[in-house]
Amino acid sequence: MNSEYLVEVKDLKKWFPVRRDFSQVIKKERKFVKAVDGVSFGIKKGEIFALIGESGCGKTTTAKMIMKLHEATAGQLIFENNDVTNVDKKRLLEYRKEVQMIFQDPYASMNPRFKVRDVLEEPLLIHKLYADRDERLEKMKDGLSKVKITPPEEFLERYPHMLSGGQRQRIATARSLMLSPKLVVMDEPVSMIDLSTRAEILYMLKELKNEMDLTYLYITHDLSTARYFTDRIAVMYLGKVVEMGTPEQIIDNSLHPYTKALIAAVCEPKSGKVNIVKEVPIKGEIPSAANIPQGCRFHPRCPYAKPSCISNPEPKLIEHNNDHFVACDRYKEI
Amino acid sequence: MNMEKVLEVKNLKMYYFTSKGVVKAVDDISFELKKGETLGLVGESGCGKTTTGFSLLKMPSPPGKIVGGQILINGEDIMPLSENEMRKSVRWQKIAMVFQGAMNCLTPVYTIERQMMETLQLHKPMSKEEARETMKKYLGYVGLSEDILKRYPHELSGGMKQRVTIAMALFLEPEVIICDEPTTALDVVVQAQIINLLKDLKEKLKLSFIFITHDLATEAEVSDRIAVMYAGKIVEVGTNQQIYGEQGPAHPYTQKLLGATPKLHENVKELAFIPGTPPDLLEPPTGCRFHPRCPVAMEKCKKEEPILNEIEPNHFAACWRCLNEQ
Repeated sequence: MNSEYLVEVKDLKKWFPVRRDFSQVIKKERKFVKAVDGVSFGIKKGEIFALIGESGCGKTTTAKMIMKLHEATAGQLIFENNDVTNVDKKRLLEYRKEVQMIFQDPYASMNPRFKVRDVLEEPLLIHKLYADRDERLEKMKDGLSKVKITPPEEFLERYPHMLSGGQRQRIATARSLMLSPKLVVMDEPVSMIDLSTRAEILYMLKELKNEMDLTYLYITHDLSTARYFTDRIAVMYLGKVVEMGTPEQIIDNSLHPYTKALIAAVCEPKSGKVNIVKEVPIKGEIPSAANIPQGCRFHPRCPYAKPSCISNPEPKLIEHNNDHFVACDRYKEI
Repeated sequence: MNMEKVLEVKNLKMYYFTSKGVVKAVDDISFELKKGETLGLVGESGCGKTTTGFSLLKMPSPPGKIVGGQILINGEDIMPLSENEMRKSVRWQKIAMVFQGAMNCLTPVYTIERQMMETLQLHKPMSKEEARETMKKYLGYVGLSEDILKRYPHELSGGMKQRVTIAMALFLEPEVIICDEPTTALDVVVQAQIINLLKDLKEKLKLSFIFITHDLATEAEVSDRIAVMYAGKIVEVGTNQQIYGEQGPAHPYTQKLLGATPKLHENVKELAFIPGTPPDLLEPPTGCRFHPRCPVAMEKCKKEEPILNEIEPNHFAACWRCLNEQ
C-alpha cells in the first residue's frame, strides 16, 4: 500500500501561535490560527494531484510544509517511504534536491538583478553538481530548450524584466527542473498568466511530466483548469480536506455541500445568463482559522446544516466509492 | 429596453509617450453605452482595456495622454472640459469607477466612515448627520450593515471591501459606473455574490455599467453586450447571445480566446491556446494586428488594416475574413 505513494502526509497540522495580551499570558491561555488542521493524503508516482480551495483554506501552507519551508506542528510527512518530518540539515539538503517548487508570481520569484543564467545556475552551485562551467552551461541550455525557450544562448544573458510573464514562468519551471527532482510543487502556476498562453504553459507542464517522470502537486483555486490538468483533486476548507477524488467524481458527482457550492459559483462562458441572478447556495465568507466552528467546521455556511452537525464530533473523511472520499455526515441525504 | 445613449465614445486615442517611443495603448476606438446596459470590455493584459477605463475619466496615468477623440456623456462632450470642471461636475457625478483590487484602494489608516465622508462632503455640502444617513442608505444597497462604518479596512474581508468601494461609487448617483476587474482578486463564491450584487443594483437603480475583465466566463454572466479588445483596438462587438450563443463569435481572436477559456462542465482533455504573444505596441504589426497569431490570416491581412464592420445587426467585427464571408 505504502509504496504506491511518492509522498504521503498523515494528519499534518500547522498551528501558528497568536500574540497574546497581558491577561492571556497570566492566565496561560494559548491561541492558535489553525491554518492546517489535520490533513492526510497521498500522491502517487507520476500523478498530478490538486489541492483546491478558497484563499485562507490552508492549501499553500500545506504545500510549504511539504517543501519543508514550514515546520509541521504535528503529523507525519513521508517521502519515498522515509519519514522526513524532522530531518537534520544534511538530509534536508538532499530532500530539497528531490522536491522543487514553482511559485505563483513569476514577477516576484526571480531576483531582478540576476540574469537568467544566474537564476538557473544557482541550484547547481548550491548542490555542487557538475564540476565546471561548461558542463553547467550545457545543462542550463538543455533545461531552457526543455521549456521551449529558444534560442537558449540568447536568453541566458537576459534579465527577468526583459521577459514576458509566460517566458518567466517557463524559466521558473526550468529552474525547478535543473536538479531533476521527483516532485514539483506548483502554487497557482498559471493564475497570473494571460488566458491565451495559460493553456500553453499547462500543456508544456504536462509534457514535461511525462518526459521526465515527474509528480506534481498543483495548488489552485480554479476548478476549471484542474478539471483537465489533474488526475486527482482534494478540496480543502478551513484547514481540512472535505472531499477527494478524480476530477469527474469531484465536478460531476460532488458529494460535499461545499464542493457543490464551489462548482455552482464558477462562471461559464455561455449565453443567456445576464438577467438571471445566480443561485449561490452558501452565504458569507470563510471564517477565520483562529476561531474554528464547533462540530463540522462548515456548518455555519452550510445550507443543509442540522443541530446534529454542531453537536456531533467533526465528520471524518470516509470512502464513498472507488477512492472518492467525503467528510460529511449527511452527504447521502442531500 | 430604453435606447437612450448615456455614453458615446468616438475615435478615442490614448498614447503613452515613453522614452522608447509612442505606445498606442488605445488606438482609435469607438463604442456606445445605452441606459441600463452593461457593456463588457474583454482582452488580455496590455490590450488597453484598463487604459480605456481611465481615459473615460480623463485620468490617463503618465506618461499617457489622450490625443484625440470625443467622449459624450448624455450628448455632452467632456473632452474640452478643464481638470477643475472634470473634478467638480463629471468625475463621480456622472461617471464613477470601481478599481481593480479593492484591498488596495481604501486608505488603511482611515475608518470606513471617514473615507466615505470625504467622498461625500467633497462633492455635496452636507452635515455629518446627513452624510451618515446617506452612507447607511448606500451600505444597505450593497448589503452591508452600518456597524462596519467604525471599522478599519483591515478588519474587513475582501468581499466586504469590494462592497464598500461599490457603495462609494454609487454615492453621487452617476450615469455610468466603470468596474475594472471588480472580482478578479476574490474567491469564486464571493465573486458570484458580487456579480449578483451588481446585477441587482443595475435593476434597482437603473445603472449603466462598463465591466472590464480578462475573463470571458465572468463577462458572459454580467454583460449585455461585449466589446473584445486586442492590442489597443476593438476587434469585435456583439450581444451576449452573438458572442456566447450557438453560432459563436465571428472574429478569430474571440473564437480562440473563447476556446482557451476552460469550461467546468465539459470534459476536454486538451485546452486550446493561441500561439505567440500579444504584440509590442511600440511597433505594432502592419495590417491586422492579430495576423501573426491568426490561424486563418490571408495576404491581405498583412497589408491592410480591417475596420469594424457590421456583419449582422448589432454585431461588428474587424476582420477581412468576416467581410469576405458576408
